[in-house]
Amino acid sequence: MARIELRGVAHAYVPSPASDKDWALRPLELVWQDGGAYALLGPSGCGKTTLLNIISGLLRPTRGQVLINGVDVTAAPPQARNIAQVFQFPVIYDTMTVAENLAFPLRNRGVSRAETQARVEEVASLLELTGDLKLRASGLSADMRQRISLGRGLVRKDVAAILLDEPLTVIDPHVKWLLRRKLKQVHESLKVTLVYVTHDQVEALTLADQVVVMNLGRVVQAGTPQELFERPADTFVGYFIGSPGMNLLPCMVEEGAAVVEGQKIALPPEVCASAKKGGGELRLGIRPEFLRRVAEGTPSAVRVEVSQVEDLGRYRIATARLGQQVVKVRLPEEERVVAGESCWLEFPAQRTTLYVDGRAVT
Amino acid sequence: MDKPTNNRAWLLVVPVLLVVAFSAVIPLMTVVNYSVQDILGPEQHVFVGTEWFRKMLRDPELHGALRRQLGYSLAVLVIEIPLGIGLALMLPMRGRAASLSLVVLALPLLIPWNVVGTIWQIFARGDIGLLGVAVNKLGLDYNYTADALDAWLTVLVMDVWHWTPLVALLCYAGLRAIPEPFYQAARIDGASAWATFRYIQLPRLRGVLTIAVLLRFMDSFMIYTEPFVLTGGGPGNATTFLSQYLTRLAVGQFDLGPAAAFSLVYFLVVLLFSYIFYTAMTQAGRSEAR
Repeated sequence: MARIELRGVAHAYVPSPASDKDWALRPLELVWQDGGAYALLGPSGCGKTTLLNIISGLLRPTRGQVLINGVDVTAAPPQARNIAQVFQFPVIYDTMTVAENLAFPLRNRGVSRAETQARVEEVASLLELTGDLKLRASGLSADMRQRISLGRGLVRKDVAAILLDEPLTVIDPHVKWLLRRKLKQVHESLKVTLVYVTHDQVEALTLADQVVVMNLGRVVQAGTPQELFERPADTFVGYFIGSPGMNLLPCMVEEGAAVVEGQKIALPPEVCASAKKGGGELRLGIRPEFLRRVAEGTPSAVRVEVSQVEDLGRYRIATARLGQQVVKVRLPEEERVVAGESCWLEFPAQRTTLYVDGRAVT
Repeated sequence: MDKPTNNRAWLLVVPVLLVVAFSAVIPLMTVVNYSVQDILGPEQHVFVGTEWFRKMLRDPELHGALRRQLGYSLAVLVIEIPLGIGLALMLPMRGRAASLSLVVLALPLLIPWNVVGTIWQIFARGDIGLLGVAVNKLGLDYNYTADALDAWLTVLVMDVWHWTPLVALLCYAGLRAIPEPFYQAARIDGASAWATFRYIQLPRLRGVLTIAVLLRFMDSFMIYTEPFVLTGGGPGNATTFLSQYLTRLAVGQFDLGPAAAFSLVYFLVVLLFSYIFYTAMTQAGRSEAR
């Protein structure tokens, strides 16, 4: 079991990084507790895989230290760390049987035959591979191959953490949820630290206790799914998480209110004051789920013109114009709204966030 | 759903059939025709049935050539395939060094075959050749024009020099096609260099190796130019391989009937061995897991 600590870890693929652009991963500090389930979420090229490879030892970071259970392993090769990694494209050894595949990591480490056999059977039953142990590993379906590569990670008794690098990308949608559930079950029964890299927010939010959102080589926010949803610390988190993402409207601040396209939206005065002090580019953020439609003429409401309505079954997404800005609103099924009409929206103050240069003002 | 059947579709195959007929079938049939007749002159030939075949199959000279040929081709495969794999594994995979070593490696392949023979003919000479002189200086008695074993070894070494790069290039291409995660997974699984080779690289080279083995077998089995230039088949018959014997029969002695029978046997032998190699290598892929 393992507690993973990253101290000032940074990585550049070019030999002598000079500008900011050269860094694939900017210096970061992270602590992952033993037995936790973590997700690394971010768009392609944001440094998630780089970070994962640094933890497993496939990459040596340009700067910083990696500590596993308090021991500095920065210089240790992957073989010397008790870490398993599952890749986006399932890696299996074609010429071996399923059982031999599962036994491979143990065989390489000189584990006795009897113990290997016992471990293989244990892992096979956990991953529902028992009936297929004698099959040749080539020509199996993608989800089976991925289960085998996961099994190769789990088979080692000393394994402290499992790193998964977008493991469900090549899996058919109808077995994806099965595998996801399997993964959650494995995590719960083995209490092993799980780090899951993905660009799919649903995967991240359902699997992990804590989600680390990354962008452009930086950790933008780390928190529980609820925190990320309700209190995005960064505009990137706001629009990357949620479907559709957060509304982000350029605004100005006055005493106790933000002004969007000439319309006032009331906010706590201390937030407005500190936003004003920041002096950068200001934006008002609110999730489509938190906007409330209110009756015409409600004092604090803002008038918008509805331009499009998408019916998504249990709810509707209305796209509306607020002056020059576009606002998306999620409305319950029973709310009747038609494109072309006006409606009044209320911005609940506790759900509305002000961002200065992309960072939330508190 | 029923597929419509239409015999006019055969018309689409006709062009290919015509090309194949003129390029392969008709010439081959001419040889078959010769092989069962005694050709006495342009207008005089007699049907002799299987006489030429029986004669050829009993010919001790042909047996000798076939034995030498098989030994030679097997030696070529046993040396060139592992050596080619080894070379490919040692080549750098990226950067300028990679391009440079590929060019250097490919050089022998760009040299015309008879020039290769000439180069080695001079290179291995005991009086002026770099190799010949060097070997003799080492205290070994080496003379490829007089000693049968020396001649045979010289032809073999020449072939290794000439064709190992082809095997290496094929393997190199095969190795380049292995995705990085395979190596990463092997490192995580704690695989040794040998295990990585045995379970990742070698299985993934099977396709290119099948091609390499077939090409090297067929080419070496039909080798003609280089030994012809280097040793002329001598000393004695030490380096007389099948092609050379056939040429002597057909062009030198103008025994068209026996030569035709011989050609057919030769062709069938090449076909048979290629089939065996191909089947063995594809089967090995299927039945490797016990």
